[in-house]
Amino acid sequence: MNRLAIPKTYKLYIGGKFPRSESGRVYEVLSHKGEFLANAAKGSRKDARDAVVAARSALGGWAGATAYNRGQVLYRIAELLEGRRAQFIDEIMSSEGVNAAVASAQVDEAIDRWVWYAGWADKYVQVAGNANPVSGPFFNLSVPEPTGVVAIIAPQGTESLLGLVSAIAPALVAGNTVVVVANETAPLSAISLGEVLATSDVPGGVVNIVTGSPAEIAPWLASHADVNALDLVGAGDLDWVELQISAADTLKRVLPPETGTDAAAPALSRILAFTELKTVWHTKAIL
Amino acid sequence: MTSSPLATYQPDQRAASLIGGEATDANLRRYLHGIPGIDAVGLEARAADLGTRSIKTSSKRWAIDTIIGLIDLTTLEGADTPGKVRSLVAKALVPDPGDPGCPRVAAVCVYGDMVGTAVTALGSAHAAGGTEGAGVQRVHVAAVATAFPSGRASLAIKLADVRDSVAAGADEIDMVIDRGAFLAGRFGQVYDEIVAVKDACRRADGSVAHLKVILETGELNTYDNVRRASWLAILAGGDFIKTSTGKVAPAATLPVTLSMLEVVRDWHRLTGVRIGVKPAGGIRTSKDAIKYLVTVAETVGEEWLVPHLFRFGASSLLNDVLLQRQKMTTGHYSGPDYVTID
Repeated sequence: MNRLAIPKTYKLYIGGKFPRSESGRVYEVLSHKGEFLANAAKGSRKDARDAVVAARSALGGWAGATAYNRGQVLYRIAELLEGRRAQFIDEIMSSEGVNAAVASAQVDEAIDRWVWYAGWADKYVQVAGNANPVSGPFFNLSVPEPTGVVAIIAPQGTESLLGLVSAIAPALVAGNTVVVVANETAPLSAISLGEVLATSDVPGGVVNIVTGSPAEIAPWLASHADVNALDLVGAGDLDWVELQISAADTLKRVLPPETGTDAAAPALSRILAFTELKTVWHTKAIL
Repeated sequence: MTSSPLATYQPDQRAASLIGGEATDANLRRYLHGIPGIDAVGLEARAADLGTRSIKTSSKRWAIDTIIGLIDLTTLEGADTPGKVRSLVAKALVPDPGDPGCPRVAAVCVYGDMVGTAVTALGSAHAAGGTEGAGVQRVHVAAVATAFPSGRASLAIKLADVRDSVAAGADEIDMVIDRGAFLAGRFGQVYDEIVAVKDACRRADGSVAHLKVILETGELNTYDNVRRASWLAILAGGDFIKTSTGKVAPAATLPVTLSMLEVVRDWHRLTGVRIGVKPAGGIRTSKDAIKYLVTVAETVGEEWLVPHLFRFGASSLLNDVLLQRQKMTTGHYSGPDYVTID
């Protein structure tokens, strides 16, 4: 007997909850062959605004958590990803049209990359920070601190899970909170990652996932005065120069689009891109 | 309706003619319990329905500026300092330093001992005794009195509290009713207290500070009680009825405010006299505030959307309204870095 198919209509992931789009819109997610896979929420500018509010209110707790704790929380996500391997592989196969081996390799790579970044959480400060030599009776210390709320346009090409992980993990490591606009044509990995995050130890609002059209949402994030940084890694097909210009109005840090197989390759520089260096002078004891 | 002889009566004559005798517990109870009860489900449905109106573009712009002009910018903390009151006043006068076109708020609302500080800080912009000319909205000073927020003190202390604030230059007095007496059915005591406080609002020169009567609806338990307390406060001569102190949850809610507006509407039909309404506490977003504007306009009419007939008691509401205003002016979303930290 045939079972009744259950077509899913997914929602957004904002502030640790799964709200529908404020606009009420949805769009069809199709497989690479053009078959219906699911409905995804088509996020609006107001969803992006709500996501920024959630990210801002989560920032204090996440940035204030100890580096060791952040590393543990991020590592836990990798554990959960591992537990959901089958689901991710399935979704990648149907939406990207790759075989099981390729999909499996992508999920492995994404998990490994997540673990790699998680390991940096309590180490990048030692590498990027410094005790500066000064000619006076002072300690002079420079330490990187998180930039704040980072808006990310996720990579839009193939490798939907790996691209997303490569974009959000480095921003999280330093203690930033994230609003990410998912891959428009292959959002299932992002939606499932949202479900992973909701059941992990990540506080609500630290990662906010908006599905929908990057072309529609990105300009609102770029000009939003409460967004501190903008990662345009997946904005190659958008008018990203315009986005950079409007981001400049409120002095955001901006990373340019990247394309090709090594786009958003794991690197310490991606972590440091969304940090601000704080330098402290402190008198030495004169004894 | 304005032809009603009730309009020409003094409050005590008016109350006596309405309740048919002296304002004793028995007479008031007979009158207040004779008021038809409230259909709670219908009231909440009506309030929810009014909250669904979509207010956009130029209407929203008007609504936002109207909201700012109706705010009683409030600080009522044990930790209030003269410095904090001065910065509150500065914000009341220039809510958005980035936009000189931004209207001023209606009033600042402080504890009685801070009235002097607020009056000095307002200077020429103070409503009473200020010198700023026409075209600028001068800012009132409202003081909470009568052993705010609990109201648990003797009448003599409550009246002294009021006189102090009025003498220090308060334009408006926000008094709390004795909820204990009200709930125990001692309506006459509540009535007499309001009358006495109203009398204490009289200044040496014969003018009278505006009296807002706080019902503390969160402690009255039922909509029927809110309606009775509203009638009682109006009968006793209150110029304004105010929902809450902001110290008790739930504070202002839309259904409660709607029921109070209905009393004000009925009172206007009966006597031709316009009474003000002030929801206070718990209104934090412009979206919420716009719902209140819609409710006022639909219940008593748009002519009530003026500072002497409607106020918002709020502290954090102003920042959210300013963020919305900046969004409408600049076309992009603003953030908390662009308004003051209160």
